[in-house]
Amino acid sequence: MAQAKKTERPDGRKLNETREMEAKVGIIKRADGSAMFRMGKTIAYAAVYGPRELFPGFMQNPEKGILRCNYDMMSFSVTERKRPGPSRRGVEISLVTKNALGPAVNLDQFANTVVDIFIIITQADAGTRCAGITAASMALADAGIPMKDLVSAVSVGKVNGRIALDLVKEEEDLDGTTDIPCAIMSRNNEITLLQLDGDISEAELIEAVELAKEGCHKIYEIQKEALKEKYKEIKNE
Amino acid sequence: MSNLMVEEKDVVVPGEILAQGMDFVPAQGCLRENDKIIASQLGLVNLSGRLIKVIQLSGRYIPKKGDVVIGKVVDIGFSGWRVDISWAFEANLSMKEASSDFIDKKTDLTQYYTYGDIIAAQITYIFGSKIIDLTMKGPGLRKLKGGRIISITPSKVPRVIGKQGSMISMIKEKTGCRIIVGQNGLVWIQGDDSEKMLLAVDTIYKIEEEAHLSGLTDRIKSFLEDRNGSSKKN
Repeated sequence: MAQAKKTERPDGRKLNETREMEAKVGIIKRADGSAMFRMGKTIAYAAVYGPRELFPGFMQNPEKGILRCNYDMMSFSVTERKRPGPSRRGVEISLVTKNALGPAVNLDQFANTVVDIFIIITQADAGTRCAGITAASMALADAGIPMKDLVSAVSVGKVNGRIALDLVKEEEDLDGTTDIPCAIMSRNNEITLLQLDGDISEAELIEAVELAKEGCHKIYEIQKEALKEKYKEIKNE
Repeated sequence: MSNLMVEEKDVVVPGEILAQGMDFVPAQGCLRENDKIIASQLGLVNLSGRLIKVIQLSGRYIPKKGDVVIGKVVDIGFSGWRVDISWAFEANLSMKEASSDFIDKKTDLTQYYTYGDIIAAQITYIFGSKIIDLTMKGPGLRKLKGGRIISITPSKVPRVIGKQGSMISMIKEKTGCRIIVGQNGLVWIQGDDSEKMLLAVDTIYKIEEEAHLSGLTDRIKSFLEDRNGSSKKN
């Protein structure tokens, strides 16, 4: 009995189950594209501006446009107040987000310009970078940026020796938990982000990534639905 | 054996598979991946014969050759003007293309267009995203004096213009205003009567808001007639 209790997840989910998800597109009026993605208690907002002129000029690429990403957490998003402004962690996540979205977007026809992505986390309960990537990919599509595919992201991990999908903060904080954020382009199962924090064996990692793919397919469906929802009426013409 | 996975006017998201097999050809907004055609943009599917196209529904204005745009003169150089056309980079209007009369090299260019002037111009040449050339030689291309400018989403511009300009000519006729719609989403309106001008502005905003709903032309027509009738009574 005690054994069974131990492997049960704090919110009673199955190991291969994600939290309840919600996605909305076009919520920020002044942005060229915007989206919100909620995964359980984690909420991410993303706004896309551009293509617009890039400053400083030396960063301009005459061959293609560049992607610039900014991830930030609101000071009230976590239990203990987060000091506002960029942090070491924020800079890292901005970079991995940019790299996760980079393979999907095609900015060849926007030479010398920049597409800016701003991701803001208003409520955090683990998996914020994944929620951010998911929201940003929807916002990019909403801004009409040419893309190869939508990017969906989810975290997988090893909790109490079992591979589980979409960890919450409570699970992440347990001793010996391994956290693996994963971003995947669903059509061809191409992985664009894979980070790993903790110990895991090779076989378990493969199992975890397979589980992440499964989770990302579910997220992809939600992204697709949210994007189509915004333009639904057009079809009824 | 090829099969089409979507229908005309379907809304598709980037990465969605539109067709399988080599019988179809990807056009604007699509790309081929092995034997599949996938959407590379959020938009509406448009099928014409073997061509599959995705029409953009959102996003910024992207300059295209031949577009008539409304711009603002922001700089004057030795041999031309720099014009802001709501794109990342300014467009260039050279002395040669600026007017039908010959402009001598020594002329003070501010005589023609000066800082802050609004012009309707046509894009003649694009290279990359930085080099955009404009011309003022053409029907309706001129300096816009007076009036007012409103901004709408560039993707809604075709609806404001209508098929063969049907919508815009209806608005012009009912309000008696002079209107120029730029492909970059800027609309210039000038009328003798401020009330009529306001009606034209309201109508264009209404089209933008309801662009996606069916029976748009009829609704706009009755809207214009209603408002015209009520203003006469007062």
